Amino acid sequence: MGNMANKISDETMEYVGILAKLELSAQEKEAAKSDMEKMLDYIDTLNELDTSGVEPMSHVFPVHNVFREDVVTNGDNQEQTLANAPLRKEARFEVPKTIG
Amino acid sequence: MELLDLTAVELGKKIKSGEASVAEAVKAALARAEAVEPEINSYVTLDGAGALAQAEEIQKKIDSGELTGPLAGVPAAVKDNICVKGQLTTCSSKILSNYIPTFTAEAVKNLQKAGAVLLGKTNMDEFAMGSTTETSYYGPTKNPHNLTHVPGGSSGGSCAGVAAQECFYALGSDTGGSIRQPGSFCGVVGLKPTYGTVSRYGLIAYGSSLDQIGPVAKDVADCAAILEAIASYDEKDSTSVQRKDYDFTSALTADVKGMKIGIPRDYMREGLDPEVAGAIWDAAKVLEQNGAVIEEFDLSLVKYAIPAYYVIASAEASSNLERFDGVKYGYRTADYEGLHTMYKKTRSEGFGAEVKRRIMLGSFVLSSGYYDAYYLKALRVKALIRQAFDRAFQSYDLILGPAAPTTAPELGKSLSDPMKMYLGDIYTISVNLAGLPGMAVPVGKDRKGLPIGMQLIGNSFQEKTLLRAAYTYECATEKQYEAPADARLSGREA
Repeated sequence: MGNMANKISDETMEYVGILAKLELSAQEKEAAKSDMEKMLDYIDTLNELDTSGVEPMSHVFPVHNVFREDVVTNGDNQEQTLANAPLRKEARFEVPKTIG
Repeated sequence: MELLDLTAVELGKKIKSGEASVAEAVKAALARAEAVEPEINSYVTLDGAGALAQAEEIQKKIDSGELTGPLAGVPAAVKDNICVKGQLTTCSSKILSNYIPTFTAEAVKNLQKAGAVLLGKTNMDEFAMGSTTETSYYGPTKNPHNLTHVPGGSSGGSCAGVAAQECFYALGSDTGGSIRQPGSFCGVVGLKPTYGTVSRYGLIAYGSSLDQIGPVAKDVADCAAILEAIASYDEKDSTSVQRKDYDFTSALTADVKGMKIGIPRDYMREGLDPEVAGAIWDAAKVLEQNGAVIEEFDLSLVKYAIPAYYVIASAEASSNLERFDGVKYGYRTADYEGLHTMYKKTRSEGFGAEVKRRIMLGSFVLSSGYYDAYYLKALRVKALIRQAFDRAFQSYDLILGPAAPTTAPELGKSLSDPMKMYLGDIYTISVNLAGLPGMAVPVGKDRKGLPIGMQLIGNSFQEKTLLRAAYTYECATEKQYEAPADARLSGREA
């Protein structure tokens, strides 16, 4: 597996582009495909390691949900928040029509 | 001695005693920055007027006895992925080129409580993805020790800014070595704390399970004082850890008698520049002469850290960076029809090549059909890497090695071959995967005059062991912060 070169189909690239919400030019697509194939070949070196019976470790310390009372502490930032909006309409963020 | 040559703690003392004013310190740093910025480009935003206004407020609080800490009145800079309310925070990306946070990161709030004057925001690799600060939308930062070389990255602006005396200290962030590697390349002290020590609230996330904010400083005493100021338990960060000790400056004693230090053989073999290796061995000898017990050992799994890291960090990045969609803040594409076209065009125009590469890779390894083979596999390898460190710390108090395989590469030589750039992080990346504290300390220069850094790695929550060893080294070698000698760096005033 380690020395098998990865080949990614155009369909897979298309699908990953949808997941990533990125629109790549034809040239970018070719480069991205070749970059990703190289990275996956490299990542496949992990298969040299026997990890059977090893639990995946997402965090190094035990992480628990942290709960608190739902009390507002940060005041009203509406105007400052909306000031960052690329497009706003009164007290709302404006986006293109989403339902036909 | 001019103000700029002082360390942060030395300057704090002079301000406290009235020998220097906060405004004088701020003006000195601003004058220096204005003189060298055209060459170095450490800052994305330099806020002179704001800094002078803060100086006035802070001086009053020092005079009234309200602010008494070691960093009160000392001017600092903050990496541009750490939010400061009301101040442009870009992550060195086009997509956040107009983003003004409505809140301040907890680490910065802690600095403000300690009386810091914030001079501005420092340049970085876009979204902290890179090892050279060349992927910034605002142009590369240059290494103050040699302007044809990179400062390292991703906290290149913070490290170059401290090295070039454009600020007295800075905050950086470290996901795979982004404080320690540029610290090493710029000849400054940098520390990545144990995961959970410094709140990530207000740090724009790259790889959330790996990211930590940490100090960039002129010497070890400064580093300890800054860490003491920024570390805190924060209920706004669900991965924040309530520690027993926050008194990091108490570790500043020159004593390593009986300390057991392991040097991983796997770090000192092929791929390591001989001049760097020589400097690391010399540094180890200094600690040995002061009573430490030095041994070589096999850490193992070293070559698997980078591939595991790129799976995990890219996966987390692809998820974290979904929020940049042109709706609530940041850049939005000019022409679009429909919501999805707007998302795609905004992101495709707003992100640079390296960021897109990692989002694509991350989306792939998380996609159904590949999740187990790549993402879960990497998390299993991460567990094995942590176990290898656990074994090492049964025998050693700390691990000593290089921070990077070479000194700073030339500008323009790294980005054409991303794989090669990734390999430069081989000694730092496993520390993030294992959540451990790591520190870069300058230990000399190569023939070209470029700084060399050693890396000290401690067990979880053992920052004090790192600081004690680093401080002992500094005292034994009578090492003081050296300003860069580059002749083109003009602008020094009496």
